[in-house]
Amino acid sequence: MTASTGRADGILRRLPFRPSWETLGLPVVVLGMTAMFAVLAPNFLAVSNAANVARQFAVLGIIGAVQTVVIISGGIDLSVGSVLAVSNVLMAMGLAQGDIPLGLALALGAGLAFGLTNGVLIGMTRLPPFIVTLGMLSIARGFALTITDGVPIFGLPSSGFSWIGQGYLGPIPAPVLFAIGAFIVIQILLTRTRFGTATYAIGGNEQAAVLAGIAVSRVKVAIYVLSGLGAALGGIILTARVNSGQPLLGEGLELQSVATVVIGGTYLFGGRGRLVGTLFGVMFVGILQNGLNLLGISTFVQQIVIGVSIIAAVLLTVWRDRS
Amino acid sequence: MEPFLVAEGISKRFPGVVALDRVDFDLRPSEVHVLLGENGAGKSTLVKILAGAYRPDEGEIRLDGVPVRAHTPSAARLAGISTVYQELALAPDMSVAQNIFLGREATHGRGAILDIEEMRARTRELLHLLDLDVEPDEPVRRLSLAKRQGIEIVRALAWKSRALIMDEPTSSLSSHETEELFARVARLTAEGVGVIYISHRLEEIERIADRVTVMRDGRVVATVPRGAVDQAELIRLMVGRQLSETFPLRVPRPGDEMLRVEDLSVPETVHGVSFSVRAGEVLGIAGLIGAGRTETLRAVVGLDPKSAGRIFVAGRPVDIRSPRDALGARIGLVPEDRHAQGLVLGMSVQQNITLASLKMCSRRGFLAFRALRDLAERYIARLRIKVAGPSVSVGTLSGGNQQKVVIARALAAGSDVVLLDEPTRGIDVGAKAEIYELVAELAREGKAIVLVSSELTEILGLADRIAVMREGRISRTFERGEATQESIMAAALPIEAAA
Repeated sequence: MTASTGRADGILRRLPFRPSWETLGLPVVVLGMTAMFAVLAPNFLAVSNAANVARQFAVLGIIGAVQTVVIISGGIDLSVGSVLAVSNVLMAMGLAQGDIPLGLALALGAGLAFGLTNGVLIGMTRLPPFIVTLGMLSIARGFALTITDGVPIFGLPSSGFSWIGQGYLGPIPAPVLFAIGAFIVIQILLTRTRFGTATYAIGGNEQAAVLAGIAVSRVKVAIYVLSGLGAALGGIILTARVNSGQPLLGEGLELQSVATVVIGGTYLFGGRGRLVGTLFGVMFVGILQNGLNLLGISTFVQQIVIGVSIIAAVLLTVWRDRS
Repeated sequence: MEPFLVAEGISKRFPGVVALDRVDFDLRPSEVHVLLGENGAGKSTLVKILAGAYRPDEGEIRLDGVPVRAHTPSAARLAGISTVYQELALAPDMSVAQNIFLGREATHGRGAILDIEEMRARTRELLHLLDLDVEPDEPVRRLSLAKRQGIEIVRALAWKSRALIMDEPTSSLSSHETEELFARVARLTAEGVGVIYISHRLEEIERIADRVTVMRDGRVVATVPRGAVDQAELIRLMVGRQLSETFPLRVPRPGDEMLRVEDLSVPETVHGVSFSVRAGEVLGIAGLIGAGRTETLRAVVGLDPKSAGRIFVAGRPVDIRSPRDALGARIGLVPEDRHAQGLVLGMSVQQNITLASLKMCSRRGFLAFRALRDLAERYIARLRIKVAGPSVSVGTLSGGNQQKVVIARALAAGSDVVLLDEPTRGIDVGAKAEIYELVAELAREGKAIVLVSSELTEILGLADRIAVMREGRISRTFERGEATQESIMAAALPIEAAA
């Protein structure tokens, strides 16, 4: 250790929170990126642009938040995008009938049912989460395509429901309110409940969790139900935003959500991670995409940049762990 | 004949333990040199150093009089030192011939095309030489354990090994298979191969050993030729360990029976084990590794399913199917492997201590942080865990303090019966003494304690009664004061190969 890093450590130690990648490194990167785009793209800092970005990435935020819980438990949920699509088309079907409560019940019921199935298979058998949710990715997508016959549902009657996706509360887009709510609820779950402690323990050392008398199977079921419900909420919000039912909605969301989680410093194999990291992970992806869009850089190139970011972020956490 | 493999003054230290202390060992061509010693005497460390898997901290290894410098696994193999491990190292889905030639396949000329016929023929030859009735093309997965072991021996021959290390090769063989193995070993020595043979079976040793080296506490106690000493003397050499630690004095005042286990069986590992412990009593369970001690404890707390047996807590039958049920019945297990089974290393000391007590420290699912902290601090103080505060990450603690954290968890959950599996493994002498003091203290407070340990001194120093396990059964029970290291070891050593 050189003297300069020693001094830097001293400064870091005096901060009011535990400095780490997710509470210090990533926010600095996000801020730097914001500053860079603000200089390069004049529209970037406009309130309307910021609100747009936030609205666009609110659903990814919700999915990323539930994915964080799953990953901290040592699992993964690859079915979130497909479950979101099922909820979206069911919600649209309810709306098409003019029955909002029916749509909500169907959409949330689907999230619950798929999550429960994932959870029971993972918690009660020894099937790995990757396999179960990979299967469910296909099953749910097939389900969404089957019930719509592959045809999007358009022409939904207008109602107050669309506020969920398109409205504002003051300057804040409604989807962002839901995302904020989801982050608060999950932050409380992870840090202030028995469920949260059990989630970290299972991901950190499942054998020790079993020996400590934690009902590991039941907790796993609850985790995947939570994930399914998060996907359903995302599907409901998107129904209001795109004002239609799209059986192909949410493709690739499973990997995007995993990306926000690992960029946020959560350990992909469980036990370690913080929700605040995912929050910054979503902001990172959102700001990067929007900024590159405003600069006229193609979505193809954006994909490359995001891929590089994922690898770089995980590399950073690996280095951190080694030291 | 002159030894071709000589190890001189070998020392090896692991954190907190001296595994080998200036050990001398040598091997001659065509001899069977048996290594004998208690669990933890240093046999495995020594053969791992010879096989190049560990690097010695001090000392020299010479092959044909030439000092070996970088002794790595591949260097050892090139020098002709092969090992048949307890957990066999074959690729199950490859054929016998493929396994034998793995990594040194025969090719046509100098090219990359494999000469399958050549390998098959050579394999057949070797199989015949060692009297193994298997086909070169058979997948290894389909072979019995004994035959797989035979394949490993064939492989050693095919690689022109001069020294073959066998680690408890007969521990899972029937008596017939053991005879076949002995015949194969004789064939090997006739070919000039020297065999280093680790075993606990004294009859076996008398039959096949040319020399016996007895190890204890990381030192060589004696190297004797066959027939020079009898079985009783070998046992005495193995266990003649000094009581270096002092154990807390305690007047046993056993109370009511807290735990009774009747006819407990687990497939393959535990066969009809019964025991009981009373409040304020320490029951020691001694035995060799693999005798079924850990498996017994695991089955008691429902970690592994039992095929038979009943468990009574305070006289009442209880149905325990998981550690959760066990904790509900106030039975806590402190597992043998702190890192793999005991601790959640990413979590703090507080979280680890309270992990089994979350229910009593929460309301409607929400954690009561004050209660958690109080509970953790209480046990940090009570067990004298050396840590700056409850929020310190448990991974930064020393082994002894980590072990205390795992014990604290069982106690914090309200366990009246505490099952300790090798509680002092891998911790230094000072920490050991503290664990001993803690065990005595818990017994004084009226806890019922089951102590599984491979260290005889520990068992003798702490236990009020001692059950010795051998091959899944309790072979003998001693009252306090009856047992000696020799009598425990005699009850622990396998009498004959399993039929």
